[in-house]
Amino acid sequence: MSRETAVSLAFLALLLALPFAAQALDEPFYITLATRMAILALAATGLNIALGLGGLVSFGHAAFFGIGGYAAGILATHAFNNEPLLLGLPGTNQMIVMWIVGAAVAGLVALAIGLISLRTSGVYFIMITLAFAQMIYYFAISWPAYGGEDGLSIYVRNAFPGVNTLKPMSFFLICYALLLAALALFWRLRDSRFGAALQAGRQNPVRLAAVGIAPFRIRLVAFVASGMVTAVAGALFADLNRFVSPSMLSWHMSGELIVLIILGGVGRLAGAVAGAMLYVLFEFVLGGMTEHWQLFLGLILLAVVLFARGGLIGLLAGRPRHG
Amino acid sequence: MAEQVLALDGLEKRFGALKATDGVSLTLEDGEIHALIGPNGAGKSTLIHQIAGTLKPDAGSIRFLGRDIGHLGVAERARLGLGRTFQVSSLAPEFSALRNVMLAVQARQGSSFRFWRPVMRDAALTEPAMAALERVGLAGRARVPAAELSHGERRQLEIAIALALGSRAFLLDEPMAGMGPEGSKALTGFLDGLRAEAPILLVEHDMDAVFALADRISVLVYGRIIATGSVEAIRNDPAVREAYLGEPA
Repeated sequence: MSRETAVSLAFLALLLALPFAAQALDEPFYITLATRMAILALAATGLNIALGLGGLVSFGHAAFFGIGGYAAGILATHAFNNEPLLLGLPGTNQMIVMWIVGAAVAGLVALAIGLISLRTSGVYFIMITLAFAQMIYYFAISWPAYGGEDGLSIYVRNAFPGVNTLKPMSFFLICYALLLAALALFWRLRDSRFGAALQAGRQNPVRLAAVGIAPFRIRLVAFVASGMVTAVAGALFADLNRFVSPSMLSWHMSGELIVLIILGGVGRLAGAVAGAMLYVLFEFVLGGMTEHWQLFLGLILLAVVLFARGGLIGLLAGRPRHG
Repeated sequence: MAEQVLALDGLEKRFGALKATDGVSLTLEDGEIHALIGPNGAGKSTLIHQIAGTLKPDAGSIRFLGRDIGHLGVAERARLGLGRTFQVSSLAPEFSALRNVMLAVQARQGSSFRFWRPVMRDAALTEPAMAALERVGLAGRARVPAAELSHGERRQLEIAIALALGSRAFLLDEPMAGMGPEGSKALTGFLDGLRAEAPILLVEHDMDAVFALADRISVLVYGRIIATGSVEAIRNDPAVREAYLGEPA
């Protein structure tokens, strides 16, 4: 087992142990905290496909996170009010349907955004993805049918076959299982032929084209897959908070996801997991001490960028090995 | 006459007032090494860029294997079998030498949309890649990241990539640049054998190598081909001696 595998498994074990410890200590709040870690890790794992493997610095992934959240919120609202949604189709309170709908819509939106934004690179790509996400953000604010600026409440946590999702531990395990699935996807993608082309395109797009592989299509597929994974996390996030609001779509959220990955390790399998755990921990510990906790987060981020480029995973496991 | 693999006809490229390529016509025939020489700034790299597809010519045509490729992008031309090496090595620096070549093998097989199987356990990729590395004498360095290879090794790796692509023609942009005398000698021997596999358009400053290898030489000066001919003919051409070899006619 390589050192990186060991470090990755350690983070995953730690995340799994946290809610069980909380349950044993009768501190259910910490289960919620661990669930938040798992969901943010899932969202950032999605982004890590585009950003880490493909070098596509998307500053608009909140769009996909929010689309997942709104998919859950809108479907749940229609089911709750017993109103048909579209073309007489009913809403639903089934999480699985929400994930699929959220991922499908986010996939289509990512396809549209990617078709345009992937023709640019560098800072232009960052700005275009940001611009698209902001358009969706303002659309959500100005759309009164689903709460506009006030957001949308989910009155009862949505259902999963055979599981009592109202139990915090059960909901955590659902999130954790999805996180593992996304990590498996990330891992297989990274080592596959597709991943080889994607990563080569990050390192040197000229070389990729010179062997006869056009970077555009490779990146487009990665961008869509990335958006879809992040959307599933958005649906879970809505269920965790029982609330969706335009803030899920805001550029702060996009920035937060990028920060998570930088803290944990860009392009590393468990980078998003380590980053999300660290971030939520900071948010909780520092946030409990001062309102201005993000100032300290900024300092930590600065230290990571200056002294530990590989993030937490890089610090613990060294540089990545590409075989 | 041997079959024409690559044919440039009346190629022109202007950068503002500067004519970097001024009505260039040349051919590359099966089994030959055609050397392109000329002083710095003659427009050799500009010409290579147009053949490879990174620059679009303002006028003229480029035919490859009987087909007009002027409208095709870099990746499409590479897929047709135009294998190039770069004047300054252009590799995926984090990938090992082996993985750099594997990328070419994968591209040749036309199969980059496979999402599940790990490449390192895919013998259809690793074996041809290893074979290409062995041919250029780099097998012992297969697992070393490209960024950690020496200058000469990177040049060898570029050639291994072009080999793995199954190229139908090679565009080699100064493959000897920065190599020691031993390396140059070894590479000269290697290229000598390579021409049987696919013809080579060789841009090179190392005149010993050019005179040892070339079947034909074209001399490019200020974007224009002033002479094309055998090694003997070029050595004795008065215009070439004046413009290039620095001797009065």
